[in-house]
Amino acid sequence: MLLSKPKIIRGGVRTESRKQSTAEAPLEPLRAGQRLYVSLAQHIGAPALPAVAPGQDVAKGQCIGTPEAGLSAAVHAPTSGRVVAIDRHPAPHPSGLTVPTVIIEPDGEERWAPQLPDPMTAPAGQLDPTAIATRVAEAGIVGMGGAAFPAAVKLGAGQPVATLILNGGECEPYLTCDDRLMRERAAGIIDGAQLMARALGAERTAIGVEDNKPEAIHALRRATDALGGPDVVPVPSLWPQGSEKHLIYTLTGREVPAGARAADIGVVVHNVGTAYAVHRAARHGRPLISRPITVGGGAVAEPTNFEVPLGLPLQALLEAAGGLREDPARVLAGGPMMGQVAPLEAGVAKGTNGVIALTAAEIREAEGRPCIRCGRCVDACPMGLMPFEIANRAAAGDVDGAAASGLMDCLTCGSCAYVCPSARPLVQLFHHARGQRAEQAAAKERSELQRRMAEQRAERQRREQERKKAAAAARRRQRAQQKAAGGDSESPAQEQPQNEEKETQT
Amino acid sequence: MSELVAGPHTRAPLSLPTLMRQVLLAAAPATAFGVWLYGWPALNLLLITLVTVVAAEAACLRAAGRPVRSGVGDSSALVAGWILAMSLPPWAPWWIGVIGGLLAVILGKGVFGGTGQNLFNPAMVARVALLIAFPVEMTRWVEPAPLGSATAPGFLESLGITFAGAADWDAVTGATTLDTARTAVTEGQSIETALPEAYQPALALLGYAPGSLAEGSALLLALGGLYLIYRRVIAWEIPVVMLATLALLASAFHLIDPDRYADAGVHILAGSTLLAAFFIATDPTTSPATTLGRAVFAAGCALIVWVVRTYGGYPEATAFAVLLMNAFTPLIDHWIRPRVYGRTRLGAPLSTDREGP
Ligand code: SF4
Ligand code: SF4
Repeated sequence: MLLSKPKIIRGGVRTESRKQSTAEAPLEPLRAGQRLYVSLAQHIGAPALPAVAPGQDVAKGQCIGTPEAGLSAAVHAPTSGRVVAIDRHPAPHPSGLTVPTVIIEPDGEERWAPQLPDPMTAPAGQLDPTAIATRVAEAGIVGMGGAAFPAAVKLGAGQPVATLILNGGECEPYLTCDDRLMRERAAGIIDGAQLMARALGAERTAIGVEDNKPEAIHALRRATDALGGPDVVPVPSLWPQGSEKHLIYTLTGREVPAGARAADIGVVVHNVGTAYAVHRAARHGRPLISRPITVGGGAVAEPTNFEVPLGLPLQALLEAAGGLREDPARVLAGGPMMGQVAPLEAGVAKGTNGVIALTAAEIREAEGRPCIRCGRCVDACPMGLMPFEIANRAAAGDVDGAAASGLMDCLTCGSCAYVCPSARPLVQLFHHARGQRAEQAAAKERSELQRRMAEQRAERQRREQERKKAAAAARRRQRAQQKAAGGDSESPAQEQPQNEEKETQT
Repeated sequence: MSELVAGPHTRAPLSLPTLMRQVLLAAAPATAFGVWLYGWPALNLLLITLVTVVAAEAACLRAAGRPVRSGVGDSSALVAGWILAMSLPPWAPWWIGVIGGLLAVILGKGVFGGTGQNLFNPAMVARVALLIAFPVEMTRWVEPAPLGSATAPGFLESLGITFAGAADWDAVTGATTLDTARTAVTEGQSIETALPEAYQPALALLGYAPGSLAEGSALLLALGGLYLIYRRVIAWEIPVVMLATLALLASAFHLIDPDRYADAGVHILAGSTLLAAFFIATDPTTSPATTLGRAVFAAGCALIVWVVRTYGGYPEATAFAVLLMNAFTPLIDHWIRPRVYGRTRLGAPLSTDREGP
């Protein structure tokens, strides 16, 4: 079901790529510094449960967080050292909310844990699919393109998968870490792809790489030639080409139905970084404890790419890149299209692909003006929505109207806001309306719950009344019988109501 | 509203004020040609209109309690005034400019709630209102009298024309090409024999004929329009579809009866066709928001222009056409929308087992 010729997505925007400054910077391994702030909530789903205690020594690769039931992922120590605390700490997220975090003081010895699993050496085709998925789960691998969805869940979902797609899109401006990974570790990525394909039972695999990365395409093709691996397909460099839905469309010509998941049409998409992490886990027994990151933006003195131990504070990354040459107007975790303002003390998470310090000139912040209904946002929307209409309804507080206009179909990709000449805060309005909708739904659920509880209480009381009546009737009958029998004991009959009262109170 | 800053954290360089200024820039050559062609009175009229719209916009913003500086700074009122002036008779008296400017801003935009809220193109609202209220002043055309030529009025004389109505109209009046064509048909003459006296394609291309201040120069208007398309300021669908539809219609009927129906050249080069196609129908606020919607809108404009010119009595076919289609814009936007990814045209989710959309 893969196409021979990629389809061009509708809409989308040609952003300025601004990748020149880091595209030629090789991934430089960065050592753990003073302290690592390893979050137990680096993935979508429930936070992992701490598996270590403060004061405990940990070895590199040791499991320090076990996955909670349901959607969750394991967390491992990025280096050896001592756990100084398990506390709440800011995460690379704009809410300012803190998350449970294991704080590790590295000892500098990089001592590996002795109990790491053995490398899997057999060719991918001969490995047990379940064993691969288990290994991926044990390694705590999550989607590394930013979404941080636990990877093992997507590998072992049980739904038949015909096509595995590897995402080498990286269409966010500034970011080049995936580009570097593809250039430098193509063979590992291809091996990871083959392992994932085996785990999924996928018949076909393709890697979509944006056509502005010729070196990466070349490197991957060389590796696929050597390994007899999947097709490497150049796709247009257009935001948001790397969106799962749009990459699927480009490579297969099919759309993921609204409300469905890719797996429902037999497709699974993984990021190239995830594939590389799978390769490391399977072939070297390594859990996910580091990741490639681009440090860039006009305010950074020497923009570059790093391979960073998880938990290293963003501040340390900026310092390693030569510090700041001017005060940034905004520091983001992720790229400028969908990245989020992040506190500098937050530790790098599994889904953090960039630390971008932007100058005011790069942000081009403009005064918000009224919508002129120019339709630029409509032309730019890759989902076929009319963003100005959703936004106008959201701004007017008409949440249901916004939903009818497609609020829930929106990817919050930002293409519309990027092109809007009036600088309307479109995505912000969408987030706000979604928040309101969620609140309304929660309120509805609450009132529904209250109604049910009230009903149940009424029902209980009714039953109680009936029971009392029945008891009273029984007593009367008993007394009548006793009278008839000429008995004199009244005390049991007096005890009874007291007991009943007690019961109703509880 | 959420306090959090959401993405994107960068944006395309084109902002509303730049957008509007690009329109002014693109309109400048044709306007400059008009000023040269009709002399100082034309410049007076342009300046009077511009001053009026800016003052009126500031007053409207103040009355609405909105920031005056940024509102005026977006230049949208300036564009409305400028395009209105381009469509006025070049020697119209000062009060035409003042009343027109007030109508454009207050009736065209202010009462709807300002920039982005109006249903109708403000310049065309003013133009049609003026035509209905002052038919004589609005249809008095002058023969070209280029600056520096013997017949051109001097600067002082121009002040008399603009402010005191001092023109000796019998000496300067001319008929526009479309007037000639219409008269010919009503008098039972053939358009083809009537036209050549007033209409020469080469001169029409340059705009050397009696007409509105800056509607004439097909060449310079098209140049400005192409620049706007190139800079992505206007949607290409509107001018392309509008001109193509008009050309097709005109050619088809001209083929059937050349005596009664003017050819495509006349329809496109004469009158305000090019000004409308590139600068008026393309107004973002009052035209549809989707590609297909804009095409429908543009085709509708062309159809109405052709019908009014061919069968109607009014000279302002394009203004009527644009206003009429403006009224349909909300309907077009309601019915013609893109198909949402993952959904059918009717909005239901695609089924999971169907191959492709
Ligand atoms: S791009 Fe901005 S101004 Fe244009 S229609 Fe969309 S929201 Fe309105
Ligand atoms: S943010 Fe939503 S509405 Fe805007 S372009 Fe992306 S998908 Fe469309």
